[in-house]
Amino acid sequence: MTRTELTIAGLGGQGSILAGMMLGKAAVAYDGKFATHTQAYSSELRGGFAAAWVIIADEPVEYPRVIHPDILVAQAQDSIDRFASSLKPGGILIMDTDMISNIPESVNGVFRIPATSIARNEVNEPVTANIVMLGALCKCTDLVSRIALEAAIQEMVPKGKTEKNMDAFRLGYERVKGA
Amino acid sequence: MIKARTALAGTHFDMGNWACAEGAIAAGCNFVAGYPITPASEVANYMAKRLPQVGGIFLQTEDEIAAICSVIGASWAGCRALTVTSGPGISLMQENIGFAVSTETPIVIIDVQRLGPSTGVPSIGMAGDIVQVARGSHGDYQIIALCPESPQEMFDLTIRAFNIAETYRVPVFLMADGFIGHMREQIIIPPADQIDLVERRVPTVADPMKRQDFLDIGVAPMPVFGKGLQAHVTSSCHDEHGMRNLTEPAVMHRYVMNPIQKILTHRDQIVEVREDYVNADLVLVTYGTVSRSARAAARLARNQGLRVGTLRLITCWPFPEEAIRKAASRVNNLLVLENNSGQLYPYIRAEAAHASRVEFLGPQFLGQIHDPNAILEKVKEMLA
Amino acid sequence: MNATVHPLRKYARPHVTRTTTCPGCGNGIATQAILRAIEELDLRMDDFVFVSGIGCSAWIPSPFFAADTLHTTHGRPVAFATGVKLGLPEKHVMVVSGDGDLTAIGGNHLIHAARRNIGLTVVLMNNGIYGMTGGQTAPTTPRGISTVTSPYGSLEHSFDIAPMIVSAGAAYVARWTTHHPRQLTKAIKKGLTKKGFALIEVVTQCPVQFGRASKLGGAVEILKHFKSNSVRIEKARKMDPAELLGKIVVGEFVDIEKPELSSEWTRLIHSMREGRQ
Repeated sequence: MTRTELTIAGLGGQGSILAGMMLGKAAVAYDGKFATHTQAYSSELRGGFAAAWVIIADEPVEYPRVIHPDILVAQAQDSIDRFASSLKPGGILIMDTDMISNIPESVNGVFRIPATSIARNEVNEPVTANIVMLGALCKCTDLVSRIALEAAIQEMVPKGKTEKNMDAFRLGYERVKGA
Repeated sequence: MIKARTALAGTHFDMGNWACAEGAIAAGCNFVAGYPITPASEVANYMAKRLPQVGGIFLQTEDEIAAICSVIGASWAGCRALTVTSGPGISLMQENIGFAVSTETPIVIIDVQRLGPSTGVPSIGMAGDIVQVARGSHGDYQIIALCPESPQEMFDLTIRAFNIAETYRVPVFLMADGFIGHMREQIIIPPADQIDLVERRVPTVADPMKRQDFLDIGVAPMPVFGKGLQAHVTSSCHDEHGMRNLTEPAVMHRYVMNPIQKILTHRDQIVEVREDYVNADLVLVTYGTVSRSARAAARLARNQGLRVGTLRLITCWPFPEEAIRKAASRVNNLLVLENNSGQLYPYIRAEAAHASRVEFLGPQFLGQIHDPNAILEKVKEMLA
Repeated sequence: MNATVHPLRKYARPHVTRTTTCPGCGNGIATQAILRAIEELDLRMDDFVFVSGIGCSAWIPSPFFAADTLHTTHGRPVAFATGVKLGLPEKHVMVVSGDGDLTAIGGNHLIHAARRNIGLTVVLMNNGIYGMTGGQTAPTTPRGISTVTSPYGSLEHSFDIAPMIVSAGAAYVARWTTHHPRQLTKAIKKGLTKKGFALIEVVTQCPVQFGRASKLGGAVEILKHFKSNSVRIEKARKMDPAELLGKIVVGEFVDIEKPELSSEWTRLIHSMREGRQ
């Protein structure tokens, strides 16, 4: 049984929880796998912390919590401060370099992507930074297939925004560096 | 049996609260009243959008008291009615949950439990209401409560809750929590023609003095309003015709006992448990979300050569005492796991302690369901 | 054998042969006003669901009226009736209950039902005191009156119910006393034909509790007090507040048309069904 655990975290409004939902949807609806998605956020819906925990497995997920994730997707320094220490030994970090300056030495496998500036300057749609992160994640891991994730994103973004989101995804996929 | 009216058949990846709402829609629910509260609000929000599409009504009430009362009123008006809330709302509803018990009114109450007492932590799930839903209204009564462990079961058991409510003319609780209410997972909705629904029985004789409308252990047909049946419905002590009687001890006895017996004599049809403990030396006894930790822990234990099984109470009320006695007679060690300080533990111990060793383990931090490794440690300690 | 049968007896359940009201109570006057209104409008009891709460006046329809009757918990009849009306929008849903039930413990439901303008007809029996539980202060007890829970005289101010429910949004509000049975019957008829929330406040006598507490005396004395202290609202509007002290303002407080909740729901569901086809 393979079971991969992921934490995706950021500040409220960055779309971390939605990105987690897209991952779960891709796994369940398009890759024929099993997934659970849980979430937490601060009372202030913008600017506070937000996190989603996603488990993707070949069999139904029994224990639904993520304690030590295999993958941490961090969209803010706050996410590193909160969750980097929980990362499983040998786990990987995918981070938005526009938002994060310090990472602990304990983390070895680090992938870097300037998601916020790509979203703002190249996609011209700042809210797509989470999709840039998903593109990067898709490139760096085999958690879900690219086809499945693209399909889930298209299903879940507002109609009329599909093209911009696909651009964001592709740029994330192409520009991620590291490890 | 009738067939479900509508259902979004297919595989979905969505919240438990969404699954619960869709389960209610599939069950033919056409009246929902509620008051906003975390972590239950999504059910009401979704119902507000979905119900009018299927000819139903959503009422946002001024408080949870109005929610439960209007739901009971709607049920007597012939609706399949539901209210949804969390612990603080249940506390406010308790008096009128007793009204539904006493007047034998079929309704479904969804409790998406949160950490308490009092205002507590709205977004964190906990099994803190499991005894208050059975014992929280005054007087003496029995209740039916179902405990889902996944979004899928929030769909399945919501339909089952409606069917039980209509079969026995009782309020039925679905005891979800903030964890599975907000958790997303795969939800498989079957085609509508594969969902069986229990239809309400309504009497035809016009005169209530010539009918038995209440206190029938075998469940009386429900004289719903608007059909010229001249029903009299009161939660004060009443006789079989619904007429108030505050003078005869024999009537008072039947008024309390018959609704209790109505549930207890059908316990075998109502109670559902999942047993997986053949040849086990220890059985993990759980309900609700924690059942998932228990299965994971049992797997870890078996991988290490320990004979550990599971007993999951899908129905917590009426209390599945027979299933507990059976487990105790076959397995030497029972470990009760609850996401609270041990609310069902005394009930379980009362049925099991004569035959086996019974211990309790809460999660490391209340509100966070048990880590399977912590369960394994306790298992090893008990089997040492 | 005396074969005289009360002309309104046909509206009562045959097996119910007595009421639970004390001699001199205003419940009988209100009961007749309600049943006369039904008779004069040529309505059938099958067209009704009666909902009541806890208190002496809740016994007016329950179990007396030969109709669907729902006798609820204390303070909640309006909330129950809201669910009944939304489930059976074509029926008349009438709430009969007291001032303690509807404005103290149940006050929130009353103002919100008026705000929603849901088509209920509420007959609110206001006797200014808790009768059944033994003469405690109500939110309607006049300031200064001694009751068992205000033995040194009530220090609190009282609710002026009718205008309060006007402010809350009701489509029809009237107030009469039990000394005005004809006007009361007419107001109930108007309430029943009004598409919207209708409140008929009935200022009524409780000779046992209020009569003693207020030292007004028995039923006859209280009715005489109602007669000499009632002021028509049209006249009251031209009077000084000081002049109105201790007076009972009677008449129609509001009579307007506005969208009613249960028919708005019927309209919404209908339009969504049309939209789908």
